Amino acid sequence: MNLPADAVTALETFQAAAGWEQRARLLMQWGDRLPVLSDADKVDANRVHGCESQVWLVGSLENAHWQFSASSDARLIRGLVALLLARVNGLSAVELRQVDLPEWFNQLGLSRQLSPSRSNGLNAVLQRMNELAG
Amino acid sequence: MMIPSPWRADFPAIAALQRQDQTYLDNAATTQKPQALLDALAHYYANGAANVHRAQHLPGAHATQAFEDSRRKAAHWLNAGDCGQIIFTHGATSALNLLAYGLEHLFNPGDEIVISALEHHANLLPWQQLAHRRELKLVVLPLDVDGLIDLDTAASLIGPQTRLLAVSQLSNVLGAWQPLPALLAMAKAHSALTVVDGAQGVVHGRHDVQVLGCDFYVFSSHKLYGPDGLGVLFGRHEALKQLRHWQFGGEMVLDADYQHARFRPAPLGFEAGTPPISSVIGLGATLDYLVGLDQDAVSAHEAALHDYLLKGLEARNGIRLLGKPQLALASFIVEGVHNADLAHLLTEQGIAVRAGHHCAMPLLKSFELAGAIRVSLALYNDSEDLERFFEALDQALELLR
Repeated sequence: MNLPADAVTALETFQAAAGWEQRARLLMQWGDRLPVLSDADKVDANRVHGCESQVWLVGSLENAHWQFSASSDARLIRGLVALLLARVNGLSAVELRQVDLPEWFNQLGLSRQLSPSRSNGLNAVLQRMNELAG
Repeated sequence: MMIPSPWRADFPAIAALQRQDQTYLDNAATTQKPQALLDALAHYYANGAANVHRAQHLPGAHATQAFEDSRRKAAHWLNAGDCGQIIFTHGATSALNLLAYGLEHLFNPGDEIVISALEHHANLLPWQQLAHRRELKLVVLPLDVDGLIDLDTAASLIGPQTRLLAVSQLSNVLGAWQPLPALLAMAKAHSALTVVDGAQGVVHGRHDVQVLGCDFYVFSSHKLYGPDGLGVLFGRHEALKQLRHWQFGGEMVLDADYQHARFRPAPLGFEAGTPPISSVIGLGATLDYLVGLDQDAVSAHEAALHDYLLKGLEARNGIRLLGKPQLALASFIVEGVHNADLAHLLTEQGIAVRAGHHCAMPLLKSFELAGAIRVSLALYNDSEDLERFFEALDQALELLR
């Protein structure tokens, strides 16, 4: 499967990152670049529960391709969510169901962010995305 | 100034964690275990496990002997003397649920249960749900600005309707001794039952249930350097007589036929089924180890470390402490920094602290916080642990600001 252009950039950047500090800086940069989610979308119905911070996720099919938007009040989870969206936005419904998201974070060197004891909420975000994607 | 811990080498996991570049400062959640406990567990399993109180055979006799020795040691740790009994449960949460169900018959609609605003969910939810079941009023004692239960308000809220008072000795978020003697006296003046949640308190210093005068005192083994899956419930004899049997099964019964049964009194009547035998034996070994320490030296060490922690936090800009911690731990937030971000970066640097609501959501909500970072200390921590934490904190804040 071809990677979306943003995902290629993410992969190159994160695979070149040396050490936790650089990864953290990159995560924050990616989080800062995430398009602003409108206040109208920051409602309880779009909240992803099970996160230490507030995370919102909305998604819809546009011309048969998924477009997700998201935000969080915490910067590092916002970065993680940005990396997630870089991988999935623009995929068709079939493609989205096939993509191995834990493996995606593994390739980025961020698999530890998905460990079950982590309460940062990335797992909850993935679960919510699966629900939205049916 | 260096603050070494003379007991550090007694806890082999600390060195193992250090080899994994982990600095363990989440001791209010659970503690590392002394070698004495590891030896006792290995000895029990290597020399013949057996069920307790049932069999006439020799392994059963040995296990029962060790099990009952631990009961005696737990009673001694609390200086229970002859005033009450120790019941083993599957955790502090189980012990509090046992009380909330076993005492339920004493309550009538309109009666009041009094707790405080700082209770851990374990000492909130069993009473909240009991209140729902029996149409009782759950009265919540507010805190003063330092995070202590406000005694003036308590005096007006504890009254003739109060049937039971259940309060923590030491908050797992605020780290301050609560004014138990005054609160217990108020409850007793109205003939209310008194329950002390000692889950945090029992770990620091020695406590005397005869002096405290509470009806029930609850703690969990794993926070006191013991095995997990084990809670300890002390009950005063007169109070235990009011406790009805809750969970039913093996060995808690005196006589049974298909339609009826009669049950044992405390303690065995409240220990249905096979108890956590190895954990009970292990706790006995931990208590032997702790009794052998110079308690004054331990308290002085913990106080010096706590002082070091507070001074380090106060020296940094923008840090706001929750309450006014006196010992054991400090919870804080940093102005303008999300605690989830800070927790993330501390984790990246191998600092094991707790972030979040600490199982006390209503308390955190009262501070209008979604979460906080908590650093909690044990007797094996030293000033180098705290230095590593401060370095990581500075690094994290530099990145985040």
